[in-house]
Amino acid sequence: MAPLAYLLWQTLTGGLSFDPIHDLTLRTGKPAFILLLLSLAARPAVVVTGVTALRPLARTLGLYAFGYATIHMLIFVGLDFGFRWDLIVGGVLEKRYAVIGLATFLILLTLAATSTRKAARRLGALWKRLHRLAYAAGVLATLHYLWAVKFITFEQWAYAVVLALLLVARLPEVEGRIRRSRSE
Amino acid sequence: MTKIDPSEITPESVYLSRRKFMVGVAALAGSALLAGCGIGGETGETGGSTGGSGTTAAPGGTPTPDELTSFDAITNYNNFYEFSLDKEEVASLAADFVIEPWTVEVGGMVESPRKYSIDELLALYPEEERVYRMRCVEGWSMVIPWLGFPLRLLLDDVKPTSEARYVRFQSLDDPERLPGQRHRFAWPYVEGLRLDEAIHDLTILSTGLYGKRLLPQNGAPIRLVVPWKYGFKSIKSVVRIDLVSEMPESLWMEAGPREYGFYANVNPEVDHPRWSQKTERRIGDFGRIDTLLFNGYDEVAPLYAGMDLRENY
Repeated sequence: MAPLAYLLWQTLTGGLSFDPIHDLTLRTGKPAFILLLLSLAARPAVVVTGVTALRPLARTLGLYAFGYATIHMLIFVGLDFGFRWDLIVGGVLEKRYAVIGLATFLILLTLAATSTRKAARRLGALWKRLHRLAYAAGVLATLHYLWAVKFITFEQWAYAVVLALLLVARLPEVEGRIRRSRSE
Repeated sequence: MTKIDPSEITPESVYLSRRKFMVGVAALAGSALLAGCGIGGETGETGGSTGGSGTTAAPGGTPTPDELTSFDAITNYNNFYEFSLDKEEVASLAADFVIEPWTVEVGGMVESPRKYSIDELLALYPEEERVYRMRCVEGWSMVIPWLGFPLRLLLDDVKPTSEARYVRFQSLDDPERLPGQRHRFAWPYVEGLRLDEAIHDLTILSTGLYGKRLLPQNGAPIRLVVPWKYGFKSIKSVVRIDLVSEMPESLWMEAGPREYGFYANVNPEVDHPRWSQKTERRIGDFGRIDTLLFNGYDEVAPLYAGMDLRENY
């Protein structure tokens, strides 16, 4: 929460750049993305280290990611486009990065809404499959970022590589191998 | 290099008060034209022109007069990848950039090729003030009071031959002094205009802004300004101008051929492949405004009569 408080303080004291809305959009989007990646990393972390206490981090980090993503989306829709739905639906949503961003947000919303123990009980087997969408959100978020920037630098490729590794680590064969090699 | 002492900069309030006065008068007269640009001094005669109407349309359609973007913003928010990808880092990185001696070499298909120093250019072609909107392809814009002269005057003197169809501009190539040139793009920065675009009265070579010489971050000592095209066409720190018969390939065309074309005319109906160009953010203002065809400079429309602007992006 501290980065968010800092961002708010900077906004109010004029500490942002000459295009503050661009700054705010980027500085809420990147944390959302990074938190999502970290949330996806919780499971491999448990597999690799065997520290089961890390498991709940997936939910905590995922919810924080959703929080930042919501603010990011509200800044885009409300601050940048002033809730001008004609501009948003007519103009922006024709673009891939915007559609993908919306899709990512909707997935995160669904996951956040079903993140409680109660929801898990009610959904049963469906819950597990639903929450695999977190990986889809990771992929979509990466594409959203790559398509939104003017040109792709090392930083974006690095995130893409990290996501790819997380996806690979989740493959049953790979995960099984890691588990086996750890118990040896 | 002579650094500009902050005390030399015309106080913004003085600069702006003239414009606000003219805007008020124009509004009173019910005219949409911003006559305040191009004021030549005590006589108050208008030198250059903003071209088109000096207004922009707020979403909803009511025109609002263009306010000058602050000197602070213009000189500290720059796309100048030779120095940095970070818009706010450029000013400090470029602070010690040496701009003397500087030569602009004009050649190619001309009868009288020539090399000029900046002083020679200033002596031959007196500066006039041109207040232009500048629209970046990224979706933000500014209003900048340039000092410059029409490129046409220079081209008239070097006399392009009948084979010349385009003008090719080239910027400095010096990875030692321009650290950004060590990678990423096919340096040096190159841009081009069709000959009729180059001799249009709106096209200027600029040597100053806000009444002072250009700072390095704005493309010192001399740069191109083509206000009806996206900002990346307005090449900075020009060293060569050549008249050629083939359409030049610009640095951005090379970097992203499907995204950055030769013409790059501001056009809300022709989107960038990845983002919309229908609206823009005016730096210093809140909220978005509608983007205007040709950035509001309708007088260039005849140059493109019969051309498909979507194909020729």
